[in-house]
Amino acid sequence: MTNPNGRFGVHGGQYIPETLMNAVIELEEAYNHYKDDPDFNRELTKLFNEYAGRPSRLYYAEKMTKDLGGAKIYLKREDLNHTGAHKINNVLGQALLAKKMGKTRLIAETGAGQHGVATATAAALMGMECVVFMGEEDTVRQALNVYRMKLLGAEVIPVKSGTATLKDAVSEAMREWTSRISDTHYCLGSVMGPHPFPTIVRDFQAVISKEIKEQMMEAEGRLPDAVLACVGGGSNAIGSFYNFIEDKGVRLIGCEAAGRGVDTFETAATIATGRLGIFHGMKSYFCQDEYGQIAPVYSISAGLDYPGIGPEHAYLHDTGRAEYVPVTDEEAVQAFEYMAKTEGIIPAIESAHAVAHAMKIAPDMKDQIIVITISGRGDKDCAAIARYRGEDIHE
Amino acid sequence: MSNISKAFADGKAFIPFITCGDPDLETSKACVKEMVRNGADLIELGIPFSDPTAEGPVIQEANVRALNGGVTTDKIFDMVRELRREIKTPMVFMTYANVVYSYGSEKFISSCEDIGMDGLVLPDLPFEEKDEFLGTCHKHEVDLISLIAPTSENRIAMIAKEAEGFIYLVSSLGVTGMRSEITTDLKSIVKVIRENTDKPCAIGFGISKPEQAKAMAEISDGAIVGSAIIKLLEKHGKDAPKYVGEYVKEMKEAVEG
Repeated sequence: MTNPNGRFGVHGGQYIPETLMNAVIELEEAYNHYKDDPDFNRELTKLFNEYAGRPSRLYYAEKMTKDLGGAKIYLKREDLNHTGAHKINNVLGQALLAKKMGKTRLIAETGAGQHGVATATAAALMGMECVVFMGEEDTVRQALNVYRMKLLGAEVIPVKSGTATLKDAVSEAMREWTSRISDTHYCLGSVMGPHPFPTIVRDFQAVISKEIKEQMMEAEGRLPDAVLACVGGGSNAIGSFYNFIEDKGVRLIGCEAAGRGVDTFETAATIATGRLGIFHGMKSYFCQDEYGQIAPVYSISAGLDYPGIGPEHAYLHDTGRAEYVPVTDEEAVQAFEYMAKTEGIIPAIESAHAVAHAMKIAPDMKDQIIVITISGRGDKDCAAIARYRGEDIHE
Repeated sequence: MSNISKAFADGKAFIPFITCGDPDLETSKACVKEMVRNGADLIELGIPFSDPTAEGPVIQEANVRALNGGVTTDKIFDMVRELRREIKTPMVFMTYANVVYSYGSEKFISSCEDIGMDGLVLPDLPFEEKDEFLGTCHKHEVDLISLIAPTSENRIAMIAKEAEGFIYLVSSLGVTGMRSEITTDLKSIVKVIRENTDKPCAIGFGISKPEQAKAMAEISDGAIVGSAIIKLLEKHGKDAPKYVGEYVKEMKEAVEG
C-alpha cells in the first residue's frame, strides 16, 4: 500500500526539517531490515502475547445486538490489552526497533495519555529513558494518566504553546527530536507524521484486523459486513481496517470527533471540515483557515482532538474504500453510558465515538455483522464525563 | 544572476530576520527600512504560521503575536509591495510549506514575483520534497533556498549541487533561538559545500552576539540572525525599529571584520 517514497496517493511524504532527514532514513532502513527478520518477529510476538495479553478477544455483544434489533455486533476488545488500549501494540514494536537501533531514550507525544502511558510502560520494560510531551490542557483532563506515566518512570512535560493539546504535543516532540537525535527515538503514536511513521505504526497495529479476521472466521465462518473504529490520527482504525482493505465486501467506517458539531468551529472532524494541506511532516487533510493556519480544534475526547488525519486514511477516503463519519460529543457520551449499562463495558470516550455510529446504523442492518473496535477502556474518562453531566467528582 | 547573489557581492553578508506583523505591519515596515539603512545585505521576512515546528520559544511567540494582531499572507504581500518602491535590497520569505500550499502554490509564488520577493525559505521542505514547489519557483524566478544541517553528512553534496540563491547552513541541532556556544564543526561542512557549489553559504540558528556573527562569517559568506532581533521587538514593541537598526549596524560591522 505504501509507495517507495512514502506516499498514499497524493498523501504522505516527508515534510520535515533537514536536521531530521537522516534520522528518518536510518529509521526506514532499520525497519526494512527488521520487519521480516524472524528473530525480531519472534520477540515482538512474545511481547504481544505474554506481556500485552494478545490476542485481544472478539466479544459477541449479545445484549446490545438484541437491544438495537439489527446487525449482530462484535466488539474487538483492545481495551483489555495491558495499559488499557491499542497503543501498546505500536509502542512495543517501535521500542523493540529503537532498542535494536541502539537508542536508549524514547520521546513521545500524547493526547488522552494512553500513548504516553504505553510508551512509559515499554521504556520501563526495556530499560530506556522516557520523556512524554502532553498538552497542558490534556494534563488537566487526564490527570490520572499523568500520574501513571510518572509512576512508570517517565518525565511528563506539559506543553503550553498553541492550543495546549495533542497537536502542540506533537510539535514539541518534533522540536525535541531535532535537538537530540543520536540516542533518541521519537515513538510517534499514530499513523501520521513523516514517512516511514504512517507505515510502521500501521504495520504494528495491523495485528488488530489480522485477529478480527481469524476470530470472525472461527465464530461466524465469514467476514463481517462492516468494521467501525474511531479516528483521530487513525491508528486503531487503520489497524482495524488494514487486513480488510482487499475484501471489498467489508465496509470500513472511521468515526471522527465532531465535537459540538461539524457546523461549529468546535470540532475535530478532519474529513468533514478539513482540506488538503502539509503539516507535521505529511500531506493530508487538515482543519485550517483560508491562509493555511491550523485550526484550534475541539473534542471532548483528548485522543481525537487533532486537526489532521493519517495519510493512508486520507487516501482511503479519496478512493472511497473507507467512509468517514462525524460523531458529536453528546452522541459519544450517550454511547459511553449505553455501553456501560448494556454490556458492562466502559469504553474509552474515543472508542465511544465508534459505538455511537454503530448504534445509528445497526438497526437497519438485519442479518449483517458489525465489528466495533473498542480501542481503549474508559476508566480515565469517568471524571470528565461526570463533569460533562454536571457532576463534580474528585479522583 | 539572481538578485540574492548581490547580497554577497561586496564581502560578508549580514542577514536579519523579522516576523511580519509582530507587533504590527507598520512596525515591520519601519524595521525593514532601518535594517537596510544600517547595512543589512539580505532581509528574511517571516510569514507567521500557527504551528512553527522549527522555531524555538522566542520566534514561536512572535508568530502568536503577529497572528493575534490579524496579519495575513495578503496583508504581508501588500507591505512588501510598498517596501519595494523604496528598497532594492534582496529579500526572501521564511515560512512553512502549508502557508504556501494552502494559499495555492502558483498564486503564492507568482505573487512573490509580482511584489519583488527573491526567494523562499521553507524549513519543513527537505531536498526529497522540493519538487512540490520547485517548478513553480523556476517559472517565476523565485529562488527556493536549501537548508543544510549538522546532521546532513552524506547529504551535503547532493543538496549543495542543486542549491539556488544561497545555502542556509543550520549551525546546531534543535530549533531557532539564541545559544551561548556553537559547537558544530561547521568548517568541514562548509568545505564540502564549497566543493559542490559556488553558491554563497550563510550560517543561522543560535547567533546573537557580534563575536559569534564574526566567527560564523569568517568561515562562511554571512550570518543570519532571528531570535535576537525578535527579542528587541518583544521588548520595545512599536518603538523597536530604532533599536533593531542599532543592532543591525553593530552586527554588520562585526561581520565585515
